[in-house]
Order: sequence, then C-alpha cells, then structure tokens
Amino acid sequence: MNEQIRQILAEQAGLAVPVETLGDDDDLFAAGLTSFGVVNVMLALEDALDVELPEHLLRKSTFQSVSALATVLGGLAPTMAP
Amino acid sequence: MTLRAPARQPLEGAALRAGLVRDGLLVETGVPGLVARTAAYEAVVSGIDHLVTEAFAHLAPGYLHFPPVLARTAFRRTGYLESFPDLMGSVHVFVGGDEEHRELLRRSGGDERWEEVLEPSQVVLVPAACHALYPLLAGRLPAGGAAYEVRADCFRHEPSDDPARLQSFRMHEVVVLGSPAQAEAHRAAGVELAVGLLEPLGLDVAVVPANDPFFGRAGKVLARGQRDEGLKVEVVTTITSGRSTAVASGNCHRDHFGSTFAIEQYDGSTAHSACVGFGVDRVSLALVSVHGTDLSGWPAGVRALLGL
Repeated sequence: MNEQIRQILAEQAGLAVPVETLGDDDDLFAAGLTSFGVVNVMLALEDALDVELPEHLLRKSTFQSVSALATVLGGLAPTMAP
Repeated sequence: MTLRAPARQPLEGAALRAGLVRDGLLVETGVPGLVARTAAYEAVVSGIDHLVTEAFAHLAPGYLHFPPVLARTAFRRTGYLESFPDLMGSVHVFVGGDEEHRELLRRSGGDERWEEVLEPSQVVLVPAACHALYPLLAGRLPAGGAAYEVRADCFRHEPSDDPARLQSFRMHEVVVLGSPAQAEAHRAAGVELAVGLLEPLGLDVAVVPANDPFFGRAGKVLARGQRDEGLKVEVVTTITSGRSTAVASGNCHRDHFGSTFAIEQYDGSTAHSACVGFGVDRVSLALVSVHGTDLSGWPAGVRALLGL
C-alpha cells in the first residue's frame, strides 16, 4: 500500500523534494504538497485502488503523510487485489 | 457622504433583466449570461472603473489591460482545472486543409458536430484577470514588491437567467506581490477600500468568507481548505431578491502563484501575492437594482461619484 501511495505521490503530487527522501510520517504539505496537488493525488489514488473516499475524509489532513493516507485507504479498500 | 437606506426592494432576476432591457441599458443576445451593453450602462461601468483606479492610486500600480484570452500553458499552471473545470472555456481553431474544410462544411450543413474538426488553439478564455498577470512576472521583484492594476473581459461557463451571473463580464483587480505580510496587508486593506468605495454608492454590503463553487468531490477538499484557512473573503450585496451576490473579493494566495510562476521577492525568496478584485458589471447591476434603471433619477451624490 505504502509503495503504491508513494508511486502516485511521485507522479501527481508535485512535491518540492523526491518522495523517496520522505519518511512515512513526514508532513507532505511541508514537502510542498499544495491543495491542487491534493486534487490530483486524490483522484489518482481513488482510480488506482478503485475506492471512493467518504465525504468526511475529503479534507487536507487525510493527505498529511504517507502513513495517514495508508491508514485511511487501508480501511476502505475492499476491492483491492490481495 | 451618507445616503439613506434605499427604499427600493430587490427584484426577481427576471424582472431586473426585463427592466435593464426595456430601459435601454442592456441588449440580450439569446444566450443566457451574454449581453451587449449600451452607452448608458457603460457610463456606469466607466465610473466604477475610475473609482477603483482612484481608490488604489496610492499603491502606484502598473497598469495592464489584458486580452480576453490567455496562453493555454500558463492557464494549466494556475490550478483552475483542478478547481473549476466546469467553468472554463477553451478556444478551438481550424487548421486543416481542403479535405478538412470540406468535412467541416459537410458536418456543419447537417446536425453533425462540425466542432470536432477543430483543434485546440494556443489560448483559453481568461477566467480571472489576475491569472494573466502572474506568468509575466517570472523573475525577481523590485525591492518593496510590486503592485499592478489589471483588467480583462473574463469568461465563466455558467449559463443562467440571473442577470448578475454573466458568462462574459469585466473584472478589475489590484494585485500586490511581495512578502507574506505585504500580501496579507493588501487583502485586508483592499477589502476595506472596496467597502469604502461601494457603500457611498448606496450599496448595502457585507464582508463574508468566500464560498467558491469548487468542482466535484475533490472540490470539497479545496472548499474546506479555503474556509479553514480564511484566505479569501467576498464583499456581497443583494442584486436580485433572495440571494447575496459577490461584487468584489479579496484573495490572499500565499506563495501559490509565486512558486508556480517562479516569482521571487527582492531577497530571492518566493513571492507571496494577494488580489482585490471588482466585478464591475455586478457592481453596475447592483446599482441599477438599488437605484433603478433610470440613471437620471439616481441620487445626485451617486451620479457625482460615478461622473454621470
């Protein structure tokens, strides 16, 4: 899961630093993730994992770090391949 | 100058629109939100434009009047596609040869989509006047930052019968770029100036947090961010009954445009920016809503301010 998230961050997030230099708990916004970057990351993650984030998770804190995303997505990815 | 509160009640959209047309201020084109303006209406708009210029003259801003189209490459970087894809407009052109021309005419003679023969041009329609400015400012700002007064005909695809919701309208903005403190101060002071400009015209205005119609589910993230961070406020008034409409806004962008378009402060750090924008058509329509379609009957003080 974390690797998939990292790959999408690398492609979509427009971070100021390479994603591989960031730890799972590092603040992605501090690393240059913008609101518009969040939009691209969110749509790409939903597409890749075939999930839909519920309404209450559509906020910036969901995208705070790799581990924050993994926790959220791990809890709602029933259609993911094992 | 103080004016007594207007006695006139705001009209329904359809009634206001009918009055604007009947009394010779606007001519309808048949496309919702697309109107032609008469000399009388334009005199009001000119008066408002002049007041905006005067109100911000102390900033000694540079002045740029942009065309209604913007480079597609620059547009892509503004974040508009992430935020409001449903409001944008793109210019497409014919670049084919004889064969494609034949196909274009064949399709257009029937019910087929002749537009599919067209190709995207280098430009899109300007959605906000200041979006045309930032791409021009790549590089280092002067010491003390920079101020610009910018105007453009803007387009937003939101066809509506509400006369205050135009698809094609004029925007007059004052933009400051520099330090974070300069940008925040410009938004705060500029919104005060906007209120101070609009109230003497007889408009009952309020300053409220902006509530932009960000698109889709992803837009909920942006809407919550906008609300939580309190970066944008709107100056609203009642133009048609039952709703408040923004006639001006103040938006602090932090370093969004500075980092996107590589604009640096004098010390080399990323520039912050803020804009205060006036929807001059909406201000004009608000004035008509309050004072009526007979401009000669408007209060003398208002006419004097507008140079009518």
